[in-house]
Amino acid sequence: MKFGVVVFPGSNCDHDAWYAVSHDLGCRAELLWHDDSRLGDVDAVILPGGFSYGDYLRCGAIAKFSPVMSAVKKFAAGGGLVLGICNGFQILAECGLLPGALMRNAGLKFICRPVQLRVETADSPFTSKMTRGQVIVAPIAHGEGCYQAGQRTVDELEAEDRVAFRYVNNPNGSVRDIAGILNRERNVLGMMPHPERATSDFMGSTDGRFLFQSMLAALGTRLQSVR
Amino acid sequence: MSAITPGVIAAHQLTEPEYRKIVDILGREPNITELGIFSVMWSEHCSYKSSRVHLKKLPTRSKLVLQGPGENAGIIDIGGGFAIAFKIESHNHPSFIEPFQGAATGVGGILRDIFTMGARPIAVMDSLRFGMLDDPETGARNRRILEGVVSGIAHYGNCFGVPTIGGETIFEKSYDGNPLVNVFALGVFKTGEIFYGKAEGIGNPVIYVGAKTGRDGIHGASMASAEFTEESHEKRPNVQVGDPFMEKLLLEACLEAMRTGAIVGIQDMGAAGLTCSTCEMGSRAGTGIEIDLALVPQRAAGMTPYEIMLSESQERMLLVAEKGREEEVFAVFRKWGLDAVAIGQVTGDGILRVRDHGVVVAEIPNRELADEAPVYHRPHTTPLRDVPMEAPAFTSASLTGDLERLVASADVCSKRWIWEQYDFMVRTNTIQGPGGDAAIVRIKESGTSIAMALDGNGRYTYLSPREGARLAVAECCRNLSVVGAVPVAATNCLNFGNPERPEIMSQLVEAIEGIAEACQHFETPITGGNVSLYNETLGVPIYPTPVLGIVGLMKTTHPVTIDFKNPGRTVMLVGGLGATDETRFGGTQYAKVILDRLWGLPPALDMEYEKKVQAAVREIVLAGLAESAHDLSDGGLAVALAKASFGTTRMGADISIPAGLRPELALFHEAPSRVLLSTAKPEEVERIALDHGVEAVRIGVTMKEVLRIAGNCNTWIDVPVDRLRETWEGGLKALLHV
Repeated sequence: MKFGVVVFPGSNCDHDAWYAVSHDLGCRAELLWHDDSRLGDVDAVILPGGFSYGDYLRCGAIAKFSPVMSAVKKFAAGGGLVLGICNGFQILAECGLLPGALMRNAGLKFICRPVQLRVETADSPFTSKMTRGQVIVAPIAHGEGCYQAGQRTVDELEAEDRVAFRYVNNPNGSVRDIAGILNRERNVLGMMPHPERATSDFMGSTDGRFLFQSMLAALGTRLQSVR
Repeated sequence: MSAITPGVIAAHQLTEPEYRKIVDILGREPNITELGIFSVMWSEHCSYKSSRVHLKKLPTRSKLVLQGPGENAGIIDIGGGFAIAFKIESHNHPSFIEPFQGAATGVGGILRDIFTMGARPIAVMDSLRFGMLDDPETGARNRRILEGVVSGIAHYGNCFGVPTIGGETIFEKSYDGNPLVNVFALGVFKTGEIFYGKAEGIGNPVIYVGAKTGRDGIHGASMASAEFTEESHEKRPNVQVGDPFMEKLLLEACLEAMRTGAIVGIQDMGAAGLTCSTCEMGSRAGTGIEIDLALVPQRAAGMTPYEIMLSESQERMLLVAEKGREEEVFAVFRKWGLDAVAIGQVTGDGILRVRDHGVVVAEIPNRELADEAPVYHRPHTTPLRDVPMEAPAFTSASLTGDLERLVASADVCSKRWIWEQYDFMVRTNTIQGPGGDAAIVRIKESGTSIAMALDGNGRYTYLSPREGARLAVAECCRNLSVVGAVPVAATNCLNFGNPERPEIMSQLVEAIEGIAEACQHFETPITGGNVSLYNETLGVPIYPTPVLGIVGLMKTTHPVTIDFKNPGRTVMLVGGLGATDETRFGGTQYAKVILDRLWGLPPALDMEYEKKVQAAVREIVLAGLAESAHDLSDGGLAVALAKASFGTTRMGADISIPAGLRPELALFHEAPSRVLLSTAKPEEVERIALDHGVEAVRIGVTMKEVLRIAGNCNTWIDVPVDRLRETWEGGLKALLHV
């Protein structure tokens, strides 16, 4: 079981994701360079937080043209698990793997704080170790985390049980308190909160482990069925 | 070429004797490029010409100090094969002229100082001073400056990926036209992987990396060495523009290039840009440097040699590589999409030789330029002080009301609105972020954590520069001790007015001596720092403001926090109730907020006793006896008790202060050497205190939801903690109208 963490030049949570998976969860993990169009033998991909290419134009606007993202798209199309955290979510939305867009926070300020999230579905490879309605805690740290999509898209997300997490107290103005969503095939998750910042006691929450453990369980089942 | 007239010399802020010294060094008249180069290197900002003789009084050595002042940052050994580099620097003048970019590039500059030594930055803190937010005349501008500065720090630090984990924000009328933005940064590396700014090895290539050079920031260093006047806003183009993404690329590329082993020396281009980096690197190694400006990557067309040498464009580095291994270095920078160009080489003649398309445009001896700046023994008399010694008559109308006003006041209220704009968790090392007595980051690799705090009190220092400076050192060390860390080393940022005025120079001298005495006593040598002078607007100086940044070491563990956790615990003051009188009450927050006055002297400090208290507190905390601990400072005991009641458990306390002082003094005096804690085992706390020869007084018990303080058989304060916390949380937002 091996995680690949993509490194864009402006990623700054790449090491955190790598550390959480490799040290706090004890899995194998490697860093994937943005300029490389091969993902190697990884079983799941994490697009970490940060400012991919500076993001001066629009978050993720340049990242979607990167070689690694064409590989990630193929990987996702083949059913591979892709987790986009913060900037990773912005990139997934920008390149169309997930619907909608992330806009400036309602208060126009960057916000860093732990928030409560309600788990909206346990039916995904990212949330199977949680229960629907469970409240978990993970930090947010973003200036552009206000999720927006057309009404029909949001209705569809809800009808198809694709809202993974909602904010208990909406910090950024996201439509219908949405904090994280799944694609239709349920193998791609984008979320603004940082599960990799909730994997160790001193961080104030270890709830992020549920997410990574869910991924491990899903990958384990898959690998077994391949064998 | 422009003629060097007395007007041109004066415009470069060089005096006639300084000019004659330049002529002596060169053996001829300088040309305009050379004059520009001298003017920035010999500016107060770069040369420390007014403070240098006094800075020598600071202690700079200990077993742990690997690098003291004189390099880009100080370095100490933290054990286990690791070291930390840290320093504090000011960006006051640019932040007044252009708050957002001024503060942003302040962060950028100090980060480069850290990673140019090979250390990866893992923490930033900021010490900020602004004018009063509610001043009818200047309040709107002060609010705008604060918002700009905070956004600028957030913009740069968040994108770069370094957590901003603490600091202080203080408001005084005297910072109206002169906000202070002091940024502290700290990085970690292995002891064997330290890089220095030395241009060694004759024939080695000198390589320029990072952003292209533009016209921004020309004469920034000299701007930072002058008072503000009505025309200062015309200097806006002197403020540089920061690009944190570029800095992030530069960080990763530099650290990766260092790992190739091909880099001999490296220095960032900060104040005085290419000029400073070339001559300092040459001077440190006793070598010369020869560069050709035609090879320097340029953003603007038609730049003159003068402009290129003096540009302060951000996110640039100068490095010296091993001859023949340039390609290894270039490959790394190509990978990160950065310019890296050989612009010259190290020579053996000790001369900084600048060519433009082969033609020599400047030729100056490195050592004289970098190290032979004029040194001034400026006259100093008695420190400027324009307040009475005697206290006015005062009686409180409502002690509970006073406490509520204090917790809502600008200095004391919650700064959450500020620090939530900073990513204080990135890199997942933050053991304790903003809002605690000290901030703490873990070193993942070694099991050690670094605690750090910034402290300074302009009011105290104005009343007595020597005592105020000592108090700042003591408080900083106390903040570290409260979380169980041993203070080991310090950096300082000295913010003062115009040193050419003897009464200001005297403030500076006494403050430096106070820091020297205290740092000696608390065994926290100064490993570097920064002096910012000429903080005056229209002849009105700021309060003398030395800011101390002290780091401490501790094992990685859950730190004790400020707030009471459980009911029925004994509340104690380790260090005792503290002594004061009305004269020593004049610098307190009570005097400022409730009485709107300043008088007398700062609280008295007994450094021997303070040190014992700190040792006792560390032992108590490390033994796990303290469920909560908080150092007493601004607002004294009552404010400390209030802050201890602001935790999620809504735990207040029932306190009874032993008879003695009148209530205003007993509740709000700010005597040092006191730590408030709650414990389930008061006897053990008392035993440890006794071992150390310090008092530990039981003053009450924790109880849910209410803070009640009684004294002399009267209830002085009685307030629900929820209401008090809302007042405290809402204070800054109310002042900012947000």
